[in-house]
Amino acid sequence: MTATARKSDQATTPETPAASEKSATVVMMVQPSARKLNIRRAATAVCRNVLPPLVVLIALLAIWQIACSGAGATLPPPSQVWIDSYDLIAHPFFDFGPQDIGLAWRVLISLQRVAIGFGLAAVVGVFLGALVGQSVWAMRGLDPIFQILRTVPPLAWLPLSLAAFQNSNPSAIFVIFITSIWPVIINTAVGVRNIPDDYRNIARVLRLNQLEFFIRIMVPAAAPYIFTGLRIGIGLSWLAIVAAEMLTGGVGIGFFIWDAWNSSRLTDIIVALAYIGVTGFVLDKLVGLLGSIVTRGTARN
Amino acid sequence: MSAYLKIDHVDKNFERAGTTTEVLKDISLTIDKGEFVSIIGHSGCGKSTLLNLIAGLTRVSAGAVLLENVEVNAPGPERAVVFQNHSLLPWLTVYENVNLAVSKVFSGRKTRAEKHDWVMRNLDLVQMGHAKEKRPSEISGGMKQRVGIARALAMEPKILLLDEPFGALDALTRAHLQDAVMEIHSRLGNTMIMITHDVDEAVLLSDRIVMMTNGPAARIGEVLDVPIPRVRDRIALAADRTYLKSREAVLKFLYERHRFVEAAE
Repeated sequence: MTATARKSDQATTPETPAASEKSATVVMMVQPSARKLNIRRAATAVCRNVLPPLVVLIALLAIWQIACSGAGATLPPPSQVWIDSYDLIAHPFFDFGPQDIGLAWRVLISLQRVAIGFGLAAVVGVFLGALVGQSVWAMRGLDPIFQILRTVPPLAWLPLSLAAFQNSNPSAIFVIFITSIWPVIINTAVGVRNIPDDYRNIARVLRLNQLEFFIRIMVPAAAPYIFTGLRIGIGLSWLAIVAAEMLTGGVGIGFFIWDAWNSSRLTDIIVALAYIGVTGFVLDKLVGLLGSIVTRGTARN
Repeated sequence: MSAYLKIDHVDKNFERAGTTTEVLKDISLTIDKGEFVSIIGHSGCGKSTLLNLIAGLTRVSAGAVLLENVEVNAPGPERAVVFQNHSLLPWLTVYENVNLAVSKVFSGRKTRAEKHDWVMRNLDLVQMGHAKEKRPSEISGGMKQRVGIARALAMEPKILLLDEPFGALDALTRAHLQDAVMEIHSRLGNTMIMITHDVDEAVLLSDRIVMMTNGPAARIGEVLDVPIPRVRDRIALAADRTYLKSREAVLKFLYERHRFVEAAE
């Protein structure tokens, strides 16, 4: 079986060696087997990619369960999380009034803040990065300042931000902005500095103006770098929003954790952590996917 | 009658970290309209620098480059360049690469349909119309260089500058492209300047061959007329006396009188 499977694996088109040698009935038989093979291949892929993390997850849950089951355990075991926070796990979209909503809603509210803050950071970051990458004097003047500012932890910006905006929501958005802009600037600048001289010469021969050069040459040429920056940036902004919301309040997922801590609902915190982790993972993959679609043609030839 | 392109006592120095290197010294050359001129010399002699000066990509240190009595001091589409490594933009298709040049150079002068026709005409001229939807990474090196030539031609330049256009190609592809360039030259009558280090290529394509001495401070050592009538056929020329004599003259210049000494630097 394995031998025949491998043979038709090499050529899933009807023209397998067997098919071309024998009659039409064989061809008829090859096609379903090829389809079966696709299913098999998909199953293999699932086994390879889904099974190992699943096994590890179950093992970790088991260890956790054993470790936290004894008397005097400070943290709840997974079985208790399931029982106590069943409503949160099973109904992510419930809505019983302003402070009593499902975790999915809370994540969406946090995501909305991230979208505004990170969106602004992406636009401003690409422009500033292009400036720093393009102009030697802009680099000399701005780069040291950027290098110092980017090491400031996100939450250190929050008091200043609250003082400036007098309101928690724009403050949280500002914290996201200021956290995620640095990798965008720095990576864009590197990308722009790495644009081959040939592309610049073409732009000069064609007499492209600054804007045309930016749109037609700079952004596409630096796109792989820009997306690296964006991917780091979105990860950082998701880190920052949860922390910022814990301090500013409101209805985001970060505040939910703080609220749950204050009312000693440890199991709810654990569920919220799972939500945050999964969302961060999805955000990272989304930006990565967008990057690979946009930069499809940019590979050097 | 004044010359079409005039290079008038041009010097070029590069300054780096306080030291000045003389690259080109007292270069004077006039080129007529429709002429095909090759510039040949050993590597590092500054021939690419000379081409960049004509293109306006680098500025002269002394002297002047004049095209139709107008001084060249910036790059522009009337002096289109075919770069050595094709330098097509990899995120654009073949069509879009040429169209980028056409839409910029002819903006406001041609309608949308006319621009499209002009792009296709130039792609067909280099026999690349069939690959218009392909990206540069999907076509061969020779095809990329054809598209590079089409892009340059599409700018309708007064002078076409070719910077070792076939240097990175294998011998057979190179011969095909040389034929293509000869055919375009005879059909359109462009003025062309080509940098090369290939003696046969220079003799086959050129009306005149400019031979450069070794740098630093390279000069024009000699200018050779190649009085072979066009249309030229590479097979017939293989035994042609004028061809062989021209070839010998260039070889003697390069390998007897101005032999390249690698350790000189």
